[in-house]
Amino acid sequence: MAPKAAKGAVVVATSLTLGQHLESARGHDLSARCLPVAALLAFGAVVVCASAPASAAALPEDRADAMYHYYKGGGTKVDGPALLVREGVGDKTSVQASYYADSVSGASIDVVTTASPYKDKRDEYGISADYLYRDSVLSASFTTSRESDYFADTFGFSVTQDLMGGLTTLNLGYSAGHDVVLRNTDATFERTIDRYQYRLGLSQVFTKTLIMSLNYEVIADDGYLNNPYRSARVLGSAVPEKYPLTRDSHAVALQLRQGLDLFDKQELRSAVQFDYRLFWDTWDINANTLEIGYHQYFGKRLLADVHYRYYSQDKAVFYNDSFPGEFLYMARDKELSTFNDHSLGFKVSYRWVDRGSFKFSQSFAYDYLKFKYDDFTDLRTGEPYSFKASTAQLFLSFWY
Amino acid sequence: MRPALTMVMITVFTLCGACVKPYEREFLADPIMSFSRDPIADKHRHHVFEVRESGRGAEGSEGGGCGCN
Repeated sequence: MAPKAAKGAVVVATSLTLGQHLESARGHDLSARCLPVAALLAFGAVVVCASAPASAAALPEDRADAMYHYYKGGGTKVDGPALLVREGVGDKTSVQASYYADSVSGASIDVVTTASPYKDKRDEYGISADYLYRDSVLSASFTTSRESDYFADTFGFSVTQDLMGGLTTLNLGYSAGHDVVLRNTDATFERTIDRYQYRLGLSQVFTKTLIMSLNYEVIADDGYLNNPYRSARVLGSAVPEKYPLTRDSHAVALQLRQGLDLFDKQELRSAVQFDYRLFWDTWDINANTLEIGYHQYFGKRLLADVHYRYYSQDKAVFYNDSFPGEFLYMARDKELSTFNDHSLGFKVSYRWVDRGSFKFSQSFAYDYLKFKYDDFTDLRTGEPYSFKASTAQLFLSFWY
Repeated sequence: MRPALTMVMITVFTLCGACVKPYEREFLADPIMSFSRDPIADKHRHHVFEVRESGRGAEGSEGGGCGCN
């Protein structure tokens, strides 16, 4: 199974936004008149912020989680355990170890129409260390993932810097990965992929109940990006897919959290979230992701949230449900088609123990998903394909 | 006019941010305000979508090859 590579982090700088506005303001007379005032205010803000009391950056909390995760939909079932342990070492260092397993079984629409049902298991191990130096946190990580026909190793580095008295946090990250793609039906088949991720992030405190995170990430893939099993259709016949050997993608994500003190009791009992991501890549795929959520405390121990997520994308330039002839690049992967999906879910966490730094909570989350494809035909029915799915998580968390 | 107003709004927000003193940041430290309250759960949720969508990145975490095509 070839990669769809990674996730990533990060953010964009307010200074960049200001610069863009400065640039666009030049073409407007009225704006030009307002500009010096605005620029002065902006400069004042920077001075005020810079003079705010310094606050030291902090390492993540010592914490351990054990989770069972479950997914079922579209003919496949994926489940397994996951573990995560983070522990401080002295005052300046924190280390983390993680394990994540996927057991996949069933037959997705690709398999139903072109191959046999399958079972597979993926094991992912990760280690990382964070080092606190004044107002900076330096991080390094290594992740390795293994399944029968796919190996992936990734090294990562990042620097997080607190600015403006801790109201602004800037993050820079880089990671490099090397993947090996195999084919279970052909012992001689072996291809590689090199992946590079560049992340820039900014989080900003606006008020005592409003925070923002802005992330920008570039991912560059170079290598065998096909799925070695999947076929395209040419004039009704199945032929091996052919993908370009490179893919560069860009993503900008904005996240906002607004705490609510609805009854003016100087208590934070609820919060709303707004997340948006814009994505584009060199395969001509453009995508939008929107997520909104509401989080609410019930009593002192129960925290619940409901969330809704919407995603839509355009097809890749070399995607076609059925090609009229042979082309240099050909794909019939439904993840490269035009489609949208909706997700509606909730999460509840109950804190059983809360004694100083020692806490123990139990959580359950559920999401209902619906995918609808515009130009990917279900060959069994001749209709555009769609499917529904469910995911669930049950996990225990300890703080110490 | 609009770019200038946007700048003013950004400035006001930033000024407001500067007004948030350390002792006023109690709410910000509450788990309910966290972008990623439970990293292990977020990892799974991101993975579910990552496998089934072409969009990727800028999710606040470092990726690894997921073998998910």
